[in-house]
Formats: sequence, C-alpha cells, structure tokens
Amino acid sequence: MRSGVWLRVGVHAVGLFPLARWVVLGATQGLSANPQEFLTRSSGVWALALLWAVLCVTPARRLTGWTRLVRYRRALGLYAFFYTVLHVIAWAIWDRGGAPAAMWTDLWQRDFIGVGAIAVLLLVPLALTSTNGWIRRLGRWWRRLHWLIHPAAVLSVLHFEWMRAGKNDFLEPRIYAVILAVLLGVRLWWWWENRAKQRFDQHRLG
Amino acid sequence: MHVEQSRDIPPSGITPESVWLGRRRWLRQMAAGSLALGMGGLARASAGDGPTGPVLPAPPNARWSTTEKPNSWHDITTYNNFYEFGTGKGDPAEYAGRMRLRPWAVKIDGAVGKPMTLDLDDLRKLAPLEERVYRLRCVEAWSLVVPWIGYSLSHLLQRVEPTADARYVVFTSAVQPDVMPGVRQRILDWPYVEGLRMDEAMHPLTLLTFGLYGHDLPPQDGAPLRIIVPWKYGFKSAKSLVHIRLQAEQPVSSWMRAAPDEYGFYANVNPSVPHPRWSQATERRIGTGFFASRIPTLPFNGYAESVAGLYQGMDLRRNF
Repeated sequence: MRSGVWLRVGVHAVGLFPLARWVVLGATQGLSANPQEFLTRSSGVWALALLWAVLCVTPARRLTGWTRLVRYRRALGLYAFFYTVLHVIAWAIWDRGGAPAAMWTDLWQRDFIGVGAIAVLLLVPLALTSTNGWIRRLGRWWRRLHWLIHPAAVLSVLHFEWMRAGKNDFLEPRIYAVILAVLLGVRLWWWWENRAKQRFDQHRLG
Repeated sequence: MHVEQSRDIPPSGITPESVWLGRRRWLRQMAAGSLALGMGGLARASAGDGPTGPVLPAPPNARWSTTEKPNSWHDITTYNNFYEFGTGKGDPAEYAGRMRLRPWAVKIDGAVGKPMTLDLDDLRKLAPLEERVYRLRCVEAWSLVVPWIGYSLSHLLQRVEPTADARYVVFTSAVQPDVMPGVRQRILDWPYVEGLRMDEAMHPLTLLTFGLYGHDLPPQDGAPLRIIVPWKYGFKSAKSLVHIRLQAEQPVSSWMRAAPDEYGFYANVNPSVPHPRWSQATERRIGTGFFASRIPTLPFNGYAESVAGLYQGMDLRRNF
C-alpha cells in the first residue's frame, strides 16, 4: 500500500517535471534567446522520454515481478501524449505561424515532419481509448490496438534522427534508438522464447 | 561626425537597451497573461547583460547599416552556432571562453602577389574600423540584427595583390582540440572551411569583423576575427579565422562536404528555395517575444539591391 502511494507520487512527479522545469526556466531567463524553439524541442524530447518510460513498464514488471507497475502505465502514457500535443501545437503556431497551408506543405515537403505526424496519428487512438470504459468495450482488441505504440515509438525516433540529420548531430537520437532497440529486443526475445516453449509443450503432449 | 549625429542612439550606448527591452517584454507578457503559463521573463529586467570585454570603438557607417533595432548583447552572445564548441545554442557561450586568442596570426596566401602573415594588431590597423548594423539570417530560419565592427574585406584582399588566378577565397577557422569539445565529436570535418567567389569577397558589404557593440568580438561570436556576409545564411560567415587563401578552384565547404544536397556553395538567403529541413519563407526574429509572429524572409536577406547583380544569369535554384 505504502509503496503504491510512492509509486503514484513518483509517476506524477516525473510527468509534471518538464512543465515545472519550464516554469522555473521561464522565470530565470533560462529558455534561451529563442524560447519558442526551446519549448518546441523540449516538449518533443519529453514526449519521447515518457513514451520510452511507458515501454519500460512491461520489461520492468517481468524482471521485478512487481505487477503493480502496470497500474501507472496509463498515467505515463497520457503524460507522453500530453507533451506530444504541446509539441504539435508549438510547431503549428510558432514554426508554421498557425497557417494551415504552411503546415500542409511542411508535412509533405519534409520527411521528418511526415514521419512525426504519422507517429502522432498512431498515438491519438491510444490516448482516446485509455479510459476504463473503452478498455472494457474493446476487450481483447484493446491490447491489439495498443500494440501501435511500437511503430509509433520507431517513427518518433526516426523523426528525431532525421531532424538532427540536417546538423549532422546524431548522438541523442542514437541513444534513444539504442534504448528502444533493447526494449523492443527483449519483447521479441520473450515472444520467441514463449513460442518455443509452447511448441515444446505441444510436442510433449502429442 | 554628421553620420554620428544622425543616429538617435549610438549602438555602443545601447548597453541599457536589453534592460528596457526586457522590461517592455515583461509588460507585454503581463498584459497578454503569459505569466500564467510560467513563461514570463521576470529575471530579464534585472540581468546585467550589457557588453563586456575590451572596448573597440568605431564610428557607425550609415551607408551599410540597417535602421532596424539591434538585438541585445545578451541575445547575440548566448544564442550561437559554433559547432567547434558543441551543437547546443548555449554551448559556445559556455565553452568558447577557453579558446586561446593571443597570440593570433592569420596567413593570407595562394593566388596572391604578396602572401603575408599578419597578427591581430596589424590586421586591425590595416583599414579604419567602422560599425555596421547588419541583419543576420541563419539557415535554421531565425534572425538577429547585430552591430558589428570591422572593415570591408576588400581592403585586406587588395593589400595582398590577387593574381589573375584568384577566383575564389577560402576561409579556414581555428582548431584547438583541447578546448573545443565539438572538434573531438567529429560533427564535421575540421577545420571549418568556407568560401566565397572573388566578386562576393570584394563586395563592400563583406565585412572582416573584429568587434560587436563597441567591444572586442566575444569568443562565442568568432573572436578574434571573422567574416560576415550579410546576404548569405549565417554558416557562410566563418568564425575565428586563421587562414585566408585565394585560389582558382571553387572550394568545398565543410557543410557541402557533410550534406551536399542540403548546403550549396552560394547559400544566398532565398525565401523561394526551401531547405530540406526548414522552409525559408519566413523567419523568427530573436528577442521579439512570445507573441511576435514570424516575419517574411527577404531575397538576399534584404540586400538584393546591392548584391543581386552578382548573380545575374545564374539559376539560383540550382546554385543554392
């Protein structure tokens, strides 16, 4: 019970930290001479980091046996989506001047904007179906739908990588890519192991 | 003297400008309720961020200056691209102070009658210094207005007596690996190399630059001397120069080598040629506050009247 309270506090502390950080930086001249660019990039990076945190939940649960962790996955996911939405709004208003035509051109002219947009579109249904009602209504389809987080994560890191390609500066996106590879790798490994075990069991039964 | 009087505020006297600009910005943000978003610049009004470092006085040159309001010293010295010191905009301000600036010599050679190596004092005395307020447009679609101090590069180039083979000028920046974290990261092929066609280099707007806001160039802005080519994207204006070479062949710049589809040799500011990563149609003027909208980018960064003639008959879409 006690550890549950701390976990909950911890998750919200992590989720609200970027927002609190911006407030402090804003009050102390820390948002750089180009605060719009700073906030656009910062919201993107935090959306990515929180998405990665969501993907850590399942492996962490399997490794620690701490099943309670799953209860906080939704909060983490919604925080990730919250920063994703801020990132998109920042781009739309500050980068494209709120002009739909300029946004549309950007989507088609720039690959990194295009893949970013697809990633956002994949995340929208996940956020919308995060309520208890939708989880019940969708039943086993809920899990299948939420599998979309995987392609969304891959496209997000591609978005980051291609954005940085213009400046030949790949260190950060590659760190995210390596962590994602590990997170997806362990899933693949467990899935393969599981399948092998099932086959073995079937063989023995047969 | 007349020139000086024609200006309301001498740029060297703009020290308190950042203060009142900050105050104005703060008021504007208050009015717009942006403090509720936690994005106010409370500290801006009190930050002592006026020009620092050795004084380098120079009379303003109105002929080549814009009347637009210069950005604050703080904006110009904390928001920099100087990849030798890292790719973050704040990295140069943090690390460039470690650069060794004395002694400093620049070698000028190649297709010249009189190759020479000049130290900083020789270079500064070569022609009268003047202050020029230029727009600076970065390829990343932001811009600044900067009161630079220097003289037309043509003074130096004439001194070395270019030969008939001198069709291009190559600028090489300093490399001091022990104090340049970006050089150790191999983001680009170092040293940083840029170039201009001879007629571009000889154009009076092309400024050999030693100072900023009435002071020596701060390290993050390319101390002790750099080139400024105001009608081209900022990356063409190489910093911390150690070598200027005149030659017959068009050089391959560092950015052309790194991403040939994205960075061309000319890199003239051109709103109708989009970069793969940034539309170039509009720009964000730094220091104009949260609610300022982007401004339209002008061909040749607003210097078309002076420089468009250099490119007559050229397809600027192909020669980007």
